Amino acid sequence: MSVAEVSPLSPAPGSRVRAVRDQFHGDLLEISMGPHHPSTHGVFRMVVTLDGEIVVKLKPVFGYLHRNHEKIGENTTYLASMPYTDRLDYLCSMTNNWAYALAVEKLSGQTVPERAEYLRIILAELTRLLNHTCLAGFLLQDGGCSGTPLMYAFREREKILDLFEALSGSRMMCNYQRFGGCRVDAPPGWLEAARALADNYGRFLDEYEELLTGNEILMARTQGIGRLPARLAVSAGVTGPMLRAAGVAYDIRKVDGYGLYPRFGFRVPLGDHGDTYDRYMVRVLEMRESIKILQQALRDIPAGPVMDPKARLRGFRAKPGEAYGRIEGPKGEIGFYLISEGGPNPYRYRVRPPSFINLTVLEDLCLGHTVADTIVILGSIDIVLGEVDR
Amino acid sequence: MLGSGLLQGLAVTAKNFVGSFHDPARFVTTQYPEERTALPEAYRNFPFLVSESADDPIGTLRCVACQICEKECPPQCIYIEKSKDKKPDANGKMQIYPAVFDIDIAVCMSCQICVEVCPFDAIEMDQVFEIAATDRFTGLILDRGALAKPNRYFHKIHPQQAADVDERLAAERVAIGKKAQAAAKAAVPAPPPAEPGSQPRKAAPPAA
Repeated sequence: MSVAEVSPLSPAPGSRVRAVRDQFHGDLLEISMGPHHPSTHGVFRMVVTLDGEIVVKLKPVFGYLHRNHEKIGENTTYLASMPYTDRLDYLCSMTNNWAYALAVEKLSGQTVPERAEYLRIILAELTRLLNHTCLAGFLLQDGGCSGTPLMYAFREREKILDLFEALSGSRMMCNYQRFGGCRVDAPPGWLEAARALADNYGRFLDEYEELLTGNEILMARTQGIGRLPARLAVSAGVTGPMLRAAGVAYDIRKVDGYGLYPRFGFRVPLGDHGDTYDRYMVRVLEMRESIKILQQALRDIPAGPVMDPKARLRGFRAKPGEAYGRIEGPKGEIGFYLISEGGPNPYRYRVRPPSFINLTVLEDLCLGHTVADTIVILGSIDIVLGEVDR
Repeated sequence: MLGSGLLQGLAVTAKNFVGSFHDPARFVTTQYPEERTALPEAYRNFPFLVSESADDPIGTLRCVACQICEKECPPQCIYIEKSKDKKPDANGKMQIYPAVFDIDIAVCMSCQICVEVCPFDAIEMDQVFEIAATDRFTGLILDRGALAKPNRYFHKIHPQQAADVDERLAAERVAIGKKAQAAAKAAVPAPPPAEPGSQPRKAAPPAA
């Protein structure tokens, strides 16, 4: 039988449908997805082995964005590491700053004025709104919905970034928290602007959910896809919305009660199935809780200083010892582990990056799904390569 | 009904499409080179050096080449050489000045730490962002001539901060004057307990 007679589209004569070329039939195909592809959220590479369109093996390859973050942290002063933490998860610099400041404050035993604690909570919740809104946009972009939800997300993100810029001077690389408080107080009118944003954000979320939550294509693409069992999530150290989508009630804001979070009334949304749709839904619900926290914080924020008067900026040295500061970042538990020998720089500086550790379960989520689903699952994990590779 | 979610979503996009023509909350694009958004006062990008007089910016720099910013700069983009001689500063005190003060703004990460650690309020953050250069090696290294900008300019871009700094400096000047008077009155020419110029002016980290 010559090739010309058998069109790839017409079934071959006989009982069984054959592939275009017989010699590939049943073979596994190994392809390299990334590192230079927008759907991998940066320079991330997946070596996937495919049986037809089904993933049978997946090997994540990362390190393309490795910048020696931890070693730099050990060789610069405590203060000089602060702007570098902005560059870890570059969408959420405010929470990175806070986690690092918390670790150093634990190390040096500094206290934080109440107004600064409120500002930190406001900024962390704004960051959560920003991150989750963008994530929903990216997730839909990964699913093939090109642009619309992402542009709406970016439009709203812009408003939050304007607030960050007015407060810290920079939109993304905020470098705002300091050991013992915040760098500057909010400028006049800032709190009112934040209040207006918090009050209006719910309306945007309603619209966003109207666009997405009931969408049949989104449901078809995400429900039952990338199911993460609670047992695996816990044993792999997964944290954040991904863990809560698997049904495990673990939120460091509740567990640790760092900052002034115990004063705030909010609920922790949990998922039932641990699939991609749950991960999307948990984030949407979390944003609603964030709005509640924001409204409470902006209502109760006291007047006063934003910096511990005893805090030193120049020549800062921490007492010998070790400390681990962790907070519930938008992506999960972001923590900084520091060992001090009393010098101007830490002896050991270690980051616990939530998106890196959440990424470790990628293969388990993707096995048995198609290539297109792999992209959606990766999108729902919510990684930022600046943090994965450090 | 299958498809109702899709139709609902389409209604949202239609609302946004129509809204983008008349609702400012939905239409957020600024046509950049023609239109510009107002920068907030806190906005920062690269450092500049404050000088007292607009006529002689290099000669009246507040910087005394103490090199603290050079040491604290996280990406190490500042290079300073001290002068061999001394010049009187705004208070009449003889001070070293920077013979060379270069900032490689290709390396600078706009973190503002140099501004925060400066005890003399001599370095501040600029707001000029259209600084593209055709030469990637030397075009982005700013020397003290390019960095020196008068205090008036600082007042223009950061009015609140500049007013705070001026107030602090004026208070210091008064204190220095009083101290000098007291020293002149005292019969025994005992040295003052602390040199006013060598003390960091900000005991606590700046709140602004």
